[in-house]
Amino acid sequence: MRKIVTSVIAGIGLALACGTSVRAQDKELTIFWAEWDPANYLQELVNDYTAETGVKVTVQTTPWPDFQTKAFTEFNAHGDAYDMVVGDSQWLGAGSTQGHYVDLTDFFNKHKLGDVMAPATIKYYAEYPGGSGKYWAIPLEGDAIGWSYRKDWFEDPKEKEAFKAKYGYDLDVPKTYAQLRDIAEFFHRPDQKRYGVAIYTDNSYDAMAMGVESAIFSYGGDLGDYATYKVDGITNSKEAVAGLEMYKELYKFTPPGWGKTFFVEDNQAITGGLAAMSMNFFAFFPPLVNKATNPYADVTGFFANPAGPDGKRFAALGGQGISVVSYSKNKDEAMKFLEWFIKDETQKKWAELGGYTCSQAVLKSEAFQNATPYNKAFYDTMFMVKDFWATPEYAEVLDQLNQNIYPFVVGGKGTAQEALDKTAADWKATFTKYNRYK
Amino acid sequence: MASVALTNLDPASRAAARGWSDLTIRNMFIIPTLVFLIVFNIFPLIYSLGYSFTNFAANRSEPWQFVGLQNYRELLSDGHIWSNFVITAKYVIVSVAGQMIVGFGLALLLNRSFPMKGLITTLLLLPMMMSAAVVGLFWQLLYSPSWGPINYVFGLGDFAWLSNPDSALYAVAITDIWMWSPFVMLLSLAGLSAVPQHLYEAAAIDRASWWYTFTRITLPLVSPILLIALIFRTMEAFKTFDIAYTMTTQPTAELIAIRLYKQAFQQWDTGKSCALAYIVLIMVLAITNLYVKYLNKVKER
Repeated sequence: MRKIVTSVIAGIGLALACGTSVRAQDKELTIFWAEWDPANYLQELVNDYTAETGVKVTVQTTPWPDFQTKAFTEFNAHGDAYDMVVGDSQWLGAGSTQGHYVDLTDFFNKHKLGDVMAPATIKYYAEYPGGSGKYWAIPLEGDAIGWSYRKDWFEDPKEKEAFKAKYGYDLDVPKTYAQLRDIAEFFHRPDQKRYGVAIYTDNSYDAMAMGVESAIFSYGGDLGDYATYKVDGITNSKEAVAGLEMYKELYKFTPPGWGKTFFVEDNQAITGGLAAMSMNFFAFFPPLVNKATNPYADVTGFFANPAGPDGKRFAALGGQGISVVSYSKNKDEAMKFLEWFIKDETQKKWAELGGYTCSQAVLKSEAFQNATPYNKAFYDTMFMVKDFWATPEYAEVLDQLNQNIYPFVVGGKGTAQEALDKTAADWKATFTKYNRYK
Repeated sequence: MASVALTNLDPASRAAARGWSDLTIRNMFIIPTLVFLIVFNIFPLIYSLGYSFTNFAANRSEPWQFVGLQNYRELLSDGHIWSNFVITAKYVIVSVAGQMIVGFGLALLLNRSFPMKGLITTLLLLPMMMSAAVVGLFWQLLYSPSWGPINYVFGLGDFAWLSNPDSALYAVAITDIWMWSPFVMLLSLAGLSAVPQHLYEAAAIDRASWWYTFTRITLPLVSPILLIALIFRTMEAFKTFDIAYTMTTQPTAELIAIRLYKQAFQQWDTGKSCALAYIVLIMVLAITNLYVKYLNKVKER
């Protein structure tokens, strides 16, 4: 018996010893991201880095709903499981002020990244606090809300004629939210199992908030003053209320049971032939132009988020920057990797693989804009994006927004004014709690 | 007690040869369990009780402060939390009542001999062997207004079970009933088969009606075990998270466990969530205690 115990302990000890020695010899980097196609493209891209330098880079992923929870659990434990993380733009506040991210300001200035990457991506993926000139991430995957639509339905002469007769203008890609609404209403035919529009309604993370804020921004509203934390009169301004009302209006023309929907459902609305138009982040568009995943691939078109009544035009920003985790044991190695990542040729390769580069040079190139049916819309969008709060308490702020707008949009309870008044009050209380009003 | 239960070691055994006493062996069995319990159950329990009086947040490195009963005060005066409790109460009542009725009904049907009884009983037990998250995802598809079979079979058209704020909670409760009725059935079946057959024979000789036999013989003799099923299911239903979380995001179906999860792991309000967890614990304890008191009364009869 004693022999067995001793040999088992010796075995475990040996295994541990080998494990640590292997780690110490080979250089390895782990990047943490959510589970989606761009993460696979990134893995393909970094394989080149391994070939060049011999440093093994692994992209570890987890499903979207767990992404934030898992990353922050690791940060809070000061764990070194991840050397770099491709974090959501809203994480910047928490990542920087709580010491989870390494300050990349010197790196940024040394490589003049301000001139290399698109301005909006620097503002929202890299800098915190806004306007401070301190940078915490390198823009990696640009993303924003855009729309896909059924070209064949839009171009059908009979439909065009009927639309003109009913609304008095030509059926075309919507330029404004009002037109988007008309088109959604026009194609909403539940008896034929055809519906007007697919929008985000999932309130477990930021899906619904991204959809709603796109409408609010285009209507000229804002979520608040991100610099002073002022919310009264901004969050619940009449423009913001009109934007939210429009979102609620669009919900009327969604397929039945559209109460917990995010990118999967919105893409299904197109691939399943359910809806005329569908909102989604650009990162989720590749499957829509693939015949294998979308039977309507040939007749699917794309457009950028439409304007509000005053011609203002914005879209909610998605996308992520890559940050070095301050608890990593391979920080120097990670910085070397970033130097490789920002090279023009790497960015070009990144775009070719399907990643949404933030490099201005690549974005502006003809080759990029014509590479896919949606790249042009993406290019247009990246210069008119706005983001959600990025304060350290953003998760609380997001949950409060969800709690107030979801019952209005999906449940039909109360009014848009009440929902946003309540949101402004909740946010003010939260910001007061965190001493944001000094 | 221990000295009565333990017999002396056989002097020829290997344990005795090593000089182990029966006490040593007893400790070898008990101590690991005790250590496990203390490290993974009791210590966190006490630790989180401490946190519930602070404004500690696991995602912030700033030092936390002792805030006394503030967390409890805020939670108990928060309208959202109360509505979560009301939702949870509705859910517990509907789903546990449904499970008791369906489960006990099935047990009554199965409590006789018929061909393939074993196979049918096993098949009926399948739902509770599945993972709750899988059940949730499957029922989400079953309820789907676009391609779900439920609306098709019942001719409900486009009725959106899970997106309709009034029906979402009950749709989740139906799923829970489907999943956990077999558990009640199993316990009831054990209770029913333990009822002495001669009582029924005596009742038959007296020409007692079916209803009389059921209310005077079956029910009283099975009720202790039914109450145990009720305790288990109430406790579990109160804590339901997985099924509801995977099926719907309706605020009208946001059970207290989901609120707790959001507060603890999405907002990282650790101190307050510890306080909420304690409030839930106290409620479950209170309800269970009531049941146990009643159970003891039933047993005395």
